[in-house]
Amino acid sequence: MTHSAHASDRLNHAGGPVPGTEGTRFGFFTDTSVCIGCKACEVACKEWNQVPERTDTGFTGDSMDNTGDLGADAWRHVAFIEQPRGHDAMPRAGLGPLVGGEARSAGNGRAGLEWFGQDPGLPPGAHGAEAIPQLPIFNGEPASPAEDGFRWLMSSDVCKHCSEAACLEVCPTGAIFYTEFDTVVVQDDVCNGCGYCVTACPYGVIERRSPGQPGGGGAFKCTLCYDRMKGNQQPACAQACPTDSIQFGPLEELRARADVRAEELIGAGVPGVQLYGHDQGDGVGGNGAFFLLLDEPEVYGLPPDPVTPTRNLGEIWRWVGVAAAGVVAAAGAAVLGGDR
Amino acid sequence: MGSNMAENHPVGFQWVMEAKNRGARILHVDPRFTRTSAMADTYVPLRPGTDIAFLGGLIHHILEGEHDFRDYVLPYTNASHIIDDEVQLPDDLDGVFSGYDPGSKTYDDRSWQYAGDAPDVHAAAGDRINDLVGDDGRDPARDPDAGTPPPGADPEGGEGSAAAFEGGSIGNVGDIERDETLQHPRCVYQLLKRHYASYTPAAVASICGISEQRFLSVAEALVHNSGRERTSAIVYSVGWTQHTTGAQNIRAASIVQLLLGNVGRPGGGILALRGHASIQGSTDVPTLYDLLPGYLPMPTGDKHQDLETYAQRTTAAKGFWSLTPTYLISLLKAWWGGHATPDNDFRFDHLPRITGDHSAYQTTLDMLDGKVHGYMLFGQNPVVGSANSRLHRMALAELDWLVVRDLTMIESATFWHDGPEIDAGELVTEDIGTEVFFLPAAAHVEKDGTFTNTQRLLQWHQAAVSPKHDARSDLWFAYHLGRRIRAKLDGSITYRTRDLPLHELTWDYPVEGPHEEPDAAAVLREINGWDAEGRPLSGFSELRDDGSTACGCWIYCGSYAQGVNQTFRRTAWTEMGPAAQEWGWAWPMDRRMLYNRASADPDGRPWSERKAYIWWDEQAGRWTGLDTPDFAPEMAPHHRPEADATGIAALGGDDPFLMQADGKGWLWAPSGVVDGPLPTHYEPHESPVQNPLHGSAQANPMRQIRPHEHNPDNPSPPDPEAATYPYAATSYRIAEHHTAGGMSRFQSRLSELAKEMFVEVHPEVAAERGLTHGGWATIVSSRTAIEARVMVTERMAPLVVDGRRRHQVGLPYHWGHGGIATGDPANDLFSVVLDPNVHIQEVKAATCDILPGRRPRDHRLRELVEAHRRDPVASRRAHLADAVTADGGSPQAGKARTR
Repeated sequence: MTHSAHASDRLNHAGGPVPGTEGTRFGFFTDTSVCIGCKACEVACKEWNQVPERTDTGFTGDSMDNTGDLGADAWRHVAFIEQPRGHDAMPRAGLGPLVGGEARSAGNGRAGLEWFGQDPGLPPGAHGAEAIPQLPIFNGEPASPAEDGFRWLMSSDVCKHCSEAACLEVCPTGAIFYTEFDTVVVQDDVCNGCGYCVTACPYGVIERRSPGQPGGGGAFKCTLCYDRMKGNQQPACAQACPTDSIQFGPLEELRARADVRAEELIGAGVPGVQLYGHDQGDGVGGNGAFFLLLDEPEVYGLPPDPVTPTRNLGEIWRWVGVAAAGVVAAAGAAVLGGDR
Repeated sequence: MGSNMAENHPVGFQWVMEAKNRGARILHVDPRFTRTSAMADTYVPLRPGTDIAFLGGLIHHILEGEHDFRDYVLPYTNASHIIDDEVQLPDDLDGVFSGYDPGSKTYDDRSWQYAGDAPDVHAAAGDRINDLVGDDGRDPARDPDAGTPPPGADPEGGEGSAAAFEGGSIGNVGDIERDETLQHPRCVYQLLKRHYASYTPAAVASICGISEQRFLSVAEALVHNSGRERTSAIVYSVGWTQHTTGAQNIRAASIVQLLLGNVGRPGGGILALRGHASIQGSTDVPTLYDLLPGYLPMPTGDKHQDLETYAQRTTAAKGFWSLTPTYLISLLKAWWGGHATPDNDFRFDHLPRITGDHSAYQTTLDMLDGKVHGYMLFGQNPVVGSANSRLHRMALAELDWLVVRDLTMIESATFWHDGPEIDAGELVTEDIGTEVFFLPAAAHVEKDGTFTNTQRLLQWHQAAVSPKHDARSDLWFAYHLGRRIRAKLDGSITYRTRDLPLHELTWDYPVEGPHEEPDAAAVLREINGWDAEGRPLSGFSELRDDGSTACGCWIYCGSYAQGVNQTFRRTAWTEMGPAAQEWGWAWPMDRRMLYNRASADPDGRPWSERKAYIWWDEQAGRWTGLDTPDFAPEMAPHHRPEADATGIAALGGDDPFLMQADGKGWLWAPSGVVDGPLPTHYEPHESPVQNPLHGSAQANPMRQIRPHEHNPDNPSPPDPEAATYPYAATSYRIAEHHTAGGMSRFQSRLSELAKEMFVEVHPEVAAERGLTHGGWATIVSSRTAIEARVMVTERMAPLVVDGRRRHQVGLPYHWGHGGIATGDPANDLFSVVLDPNVHIQEVKAATCDILPGRRPRDHRLRELVEAHRRDPVASRRAHLADAVTADGGSPQAGKARTR
């Protein structure tokens, strides 16, 4: 549900890619600061992609998370992290002092309000179209979701659609490929179930499906709803997300939007704000699906410094060469020595 | 407050997030730290059942600091009205208002009425049957000045004539005594001040269990964010309604909002988020036993012998309820068409009469007494979703027949062979005489129709797919059932007597398709209504009381204006104005905000440019603005009615609350609320705490208790045995499931998100009771015991009440024994104890105890419950010992993920 009218000439009214955008890199920006943990993304994903039920789930006790992690049968996974009082990794939770409202209104887009103040029947300034919200000071103290410092973080995790996708690079059958939208997709009918991708993925996203399930034995993960994109629709999770926590679009636009959003939150005093998978210089060349987090990645179960294993392949082979040469030399020396 | 909107209304919550993004401040006051709290700017916990203490504290704070929006309060509310000189407040009377009769446990509201020459007023909703001379408890000689006979009244009085009204708002209410200085000791403003004087921040802190500062942070936020330039909205859900003080919780909020000038203005109001889809619709065109469509009172056996008496007792002198007969006659015309004529009272006698309390809980209790033989459940699963669900299973087993129409084989259809009572040996399948008929129902995507949700918005939906197999829509079932019964009774000897209402009913909807599905739009057309020539009506102002118009629900009149299904409008938000009037249709008259006359000042000008919504256009001589004005369209702001004016003309130009007999917002309710003119903090029926505010009144004296062997009470203070059940128990829903589970627990996508019933407790409770995170717990009340997996979490904040740490036990109520995701129903634990106004159950605040380990499944379950009631200390000790040796679960270390 994109009600905030994120303008993009590469998206249609329904939020899907317009025809002719092949060649543009599309992705997800997941803004966890507005995730309400409703799990609509998990359900919509499963429904559209016909992902089977997880048979091994029950009550996990892991806050409201009974999905556990991403896998062949969970392409979206909402993590719930309870940070009780006295949690010392972070400074105070919440939005910090509210003085005059400047902090909150900084960078505050007026998306969705285009008609306010312009309707011919409206008196000027109706609904405060031009007025900057003047937030009062409440008892002179910074209010926070919980004054005792309790935070409940929620985040919808998904395949990162890496720029340098390890799963793809190790796949011996060519089942995994980059689409025309620069997303990473597994072709079920080509996958032979070798599982190399499973060990290669630095995020633990891709997984082989249990035998007995549809496509059992093969590797599965998020396709960024490749079929929907080809039909000019946005991915099911993004469409279902009620608060725009999951945003779909051309990656460069998402990145720019994420920068603004992060600055806005930092400016408002929200602690721990950071973008994850946003840096194209990181170990996987940046993600096609990146995140705004409110704490360190480890808190959300994300690796802090993911690296595509094949990235060091050249160097590995060089050392293999050196080692092999050493072995040959040693063997030669032994043989020569034996002759003596 | 009383709402977990992010979890239970996530789609609507997107707009809260949108507002937050635009600078709105979100305050969440709720016993539990929920997903809504996580999104809020400020979260304040409170002990379950102390909302009125908190809201009363807000009222106290507003009045003490004179923070009320005086320019609004004075003209638009009844703050200046002076109340009868016999009125007394609970502080004077040991916890009750004047008029209380401890014998019958009822109130006589005469001393709550306005003083002066004005007649008594009645409320726009709720209990609003006018009493006539000779009715019980009404003494016509008591106050001869109280009633001004309306013009033309027979001075002799007497039943049947207009002057028969002793009091009653049939008379004009222009003569209410007022004190515009708000100094009179019996003016509403001063009574409010006195009543809430004890609701100090310190008292609120002590009762609710929070710090004064946390309370004040909310109070200050509301006060600062209200006035000419700013407004605040309050959102509530069943966290407020499901109490023995349910209606009064919302009354308290309305007092706060009226004092702050937050009603009828953009960004203000009190938003009731309904329990599920179209619950608003099912009260508008009601499934409630005491209402006819459009909130017309259902006639009663003793007070509504004929149409004339009904009209006298239910018609107001002023405002839109002055036209009650018009609405009713149009309804009768819609139902009985040409058979309804002036000669036969428009077939008023075809309407059934109420003879007592026929609400759902009473009916269930009547089943146990053998008074109810057959029952139909449409989309309801009471053996999971209703309070004391065990009692419901026992009751359904007493029926002769039961029809269950639902999407899936819910527990209410299968209890007779797989319910927990079968396991426990309390019910034996072979002995249950109930014949159960299960009829599969079509889901909303399989049928046409409307939803009417929170904001009174009717939205049409079209069938996307056909229902499978034997599944049929509710409309199909109701229509063909009526058709078949009528055919079966054709030619019977009772044709002209008992069966006549059925035979004369207009029951002729066009049908289509192989299953003869009735045309839902034809039903909506009938609800909208037509004139004598069959032309669709454009609005209820076109209704007549002479039988020339037919209308199935007067407030829905206009939903099919011009013969167009207005509820099916789907204009994009970018293409229409801020009131979004091209999307669906809102009753009444497509008004998106009720009482919006109050968005302008008494002179008709917007309170501020920012908050402009409806205003008086002097040149055009009419109200205009962004929405349909909720007012007489051409009544000038300074209009003063003639002394003998009636109906709409009796309104003043500054009477925005045009459904009320006096046109004002009621800070004080002179009638209509059966348990007091002002909300008062009473403890829940079952509470671990003694009421610190109101003397010997522990709980609401008017609450409806239903003593029954299957419905015992947990003792509460001052009973020393209150310690048997020392924890506050509160039930709720989570995002993953839907109400009693019929739509979620029977399908895998949602079931796997939350497969098992769990109970949420603070680490201190876990320590006190030896509970293991991830293990099992048994939760006990005097009704029964249930088991659940243990979630130890600091989201269940402990509250310091009167210097003592008090804990609550959180019980999501979705599970039952059927479906994919199974578990014990939390509602088994709660008792049937009801709010006196609307008969809603108190399941948001009760008491319980919690023990480690699983519950027995056989006859030992009852033994456990009894043993715990007799000797809780021994019971706890025994369970703790068992738990140490063998915990039934697979405990995981630590508690909820806390990285």
